[in-house]
Amino acid sequence: MDDIFTAASVTSSGRPVLAENEVECNLLSNVDLEPEDGTANSFVALKSGVLILTTHRLLWLSSAKGVGIPLSSITHIFSSKRSIKSVFHSPRFRFQVSAAVITVVVRGKGDWEVFLTKLWESWRARAWEETTTTSVVVNRESTSSGSGSGFYGSDGSVRMVGVAGILRKEQQLWESTDKSLQDAFQDLNALMNKAKEMVLLAEKMRQKLLSTSNSTNQDEMGSKEEMQDWLLSVGIASPVTKESAGALYHQQLSSQLADFVRIPLERAGGMISLIDIYCLFNRARGTELISPEDLFKACSLWEKFDVPVMLRKFDSGVMVVQNKAHSDEEVFARLRTLVAKPETLRTGISASDAAMTLGIAPAMAKEHLLTAESKGFLCRDISPDGFRFYVNLFPEISPNDLHLVKDHGIYGAWIRAASVSG
Amino acid sequence: MAIDEENWARRRRRFKSSNHSRGSSKEMQRLGDFKLPAFFNYPPYFTLQLVRETREKQVQLWKELILDYCRTQKIFVIGLEEEFPLFSNLVIERSLSNEAREAFLSALVSEGRAEWLDKGHRKCLILWHRIQDWADLILSFVKENGLEDSVMTVEEIRSGIESRGTELQGMDRTVLMRALKVLENKGKLAIFKGTSADDEGVKFSI
Repeated sequence: MDDIFTAASVTSSGRPVLAENEVECNLLSNVDLEPEDGTANSFVALKSGVLILTTHRLLWLSSAKGVGIPLSSITHIFSSKRSIKSVFHSPRFRFQVSAAVITVVVRGKGDWEVFLTKLWESWRARAWEETTTTSVVVNRESTSSGSGSGFYGSDGSVRMVGVAGILRKEQQLWESTDKSLQDAFQDLNALMNKAKEMVLLAEKMRQKLLSTSNSTNQDEMGSKEEMQDWLLSVGIASPVTKESAGALYHQQLSSQLADFVRIPLERAGGMISLIDIYCLFNRARGTELISPEDLFKACSLWEKFDVPVMLRKFDSGVMVVQNKAHSDEEVFARLRTLVAKPETLRTGISASDAAMTLGIAPAMAKEHLLTAESKGFLCRDISPDGFRFYVNLFPEISPNDLHLVKDHGIYGAWIRAASVSG
Repeated sequence: MAIDEENWARRRRRFKSSNHSRGSSKEMQRLGDFKLPAFFNYPPYFTLQLVRETREKQVQLWKELILDYCRTQKIFVIGLEEEFPLFSNLVIERSLSNEAREAFLSALVSEGRAEWLDKGHRKCLILWHRIQDWADLILSFVKENGLEDSVMTVEEIRSGIESRGTELQGMDRTVLMRALKVLENKGKLAIFKGTSADDEGVKFSI
């Protein structure tokens, strides 16, 4: 079993960890891997997982485990047999890895024929043999363009006129168009190769950053911040696209997004608005942009999976992404110390005051204040001076004796603060 | 006229508060001879709160303060559109919105401690004593003064020599008439009409 499969590590949200240069190509849901009859002892059948094809590997992932098969170890891909039997069976195809023959049984709805085609392509492309990303520009043969003077003498002695002349002119025009198109595509290929390199570089930086995130040297903190700035423009090497993921698109996007938001969230103090995420995520994806609708769907799917982030909708309708660990309690604790200061006891706080203290956007701060208000911990003051919040003294005041003030407690503290500079 | 005095008072207070910050904080605790509670300077007290529990407490505190103030100042009617000293605080420059005023007075009405005098809810009769309590007060007043079988005009009850110094002095006529009606229904007295509203009379028979 060990010599067929390699372990495939996944991220906290269940997305595969890809190697350098590795790009996802396609995937199928609800797939079983079965040993061919006769070689049954080679491995235990794997039931209902997601089969992901990358340029380097076949990955089979389920909630319990994940295994990988390097494409390099595949010795043969059998062309699928078409028989009466196959009408009643789930679609299946087979390939050989060393001595074992593995049957892939597709129980899900995915287009397995496309998958198989892509498998062939990836297997033949032998991407794993490209050890380094040398910028090999695909040099197309440019000899064909020399035919302009081949058939007819360049001395102009034989001039074709009439229909033949028109045809020839047409031919010349077509050839020149073809050439310029070829040139254009050469440029495009070069650009794509470069783009891939850039993304690889970014990915490498990210890995490096993650591995050194434990060190807390002051100097490194500074450079870390700088690196994080760079990271905003980091590409995602293998974006999940509708093309590659098909029906599982939103689910896969959801997982990828969960991985992606981790760093921006840390930066933003555990909470970030959906609009900001949309900008950051699309910037990272480069050309494979997603729509706001897709983003929203992907975020909505989080609650079904075990991911460390969540989508939250405030009463006002503002939607944010936040860490599950980032609790209101922590924010409240900070607000509590803020409003209990003598100065703020007297003057209250506005959303922008809170934003400055908490280091978050004013709109977000206002949401926190409103939440704190709804929990009865703050109360509002609306005046021509603006909308401010005060610590809630109402529960402290006795309705039976309006003048009663307990010496200890926030009401007493407020009276002292208010009278000092009234 | 009233507005001019108001402005003048405000200006004076501002002047004082900027020069004698400590003194002003003590001064602002009073409204005439009425001692205001400390929370009167708490700005959220003047903004109608949205959160249910907070609002309930706020309404309760306003009810108590309004009744307290009206009782000591002998105020029977609050007009929503007129200046009412409790409804604004010049020191912190806050005043209640009309919505808030109506909310607090409505709370009193629903408890039987006030009544709207018009359908538009612009004038409110404040009953710091319920009508029944007023009736009891009149009874004990009559007994204390040995008037069990006498005849009095309604005006005398409000402003006669006997009522001087009692709670009946300066009592609102509408409230007094309602209390007398309660007693009349119990057979404790008879109201008879004179030639004008001023000399309506009461014959006690307790």
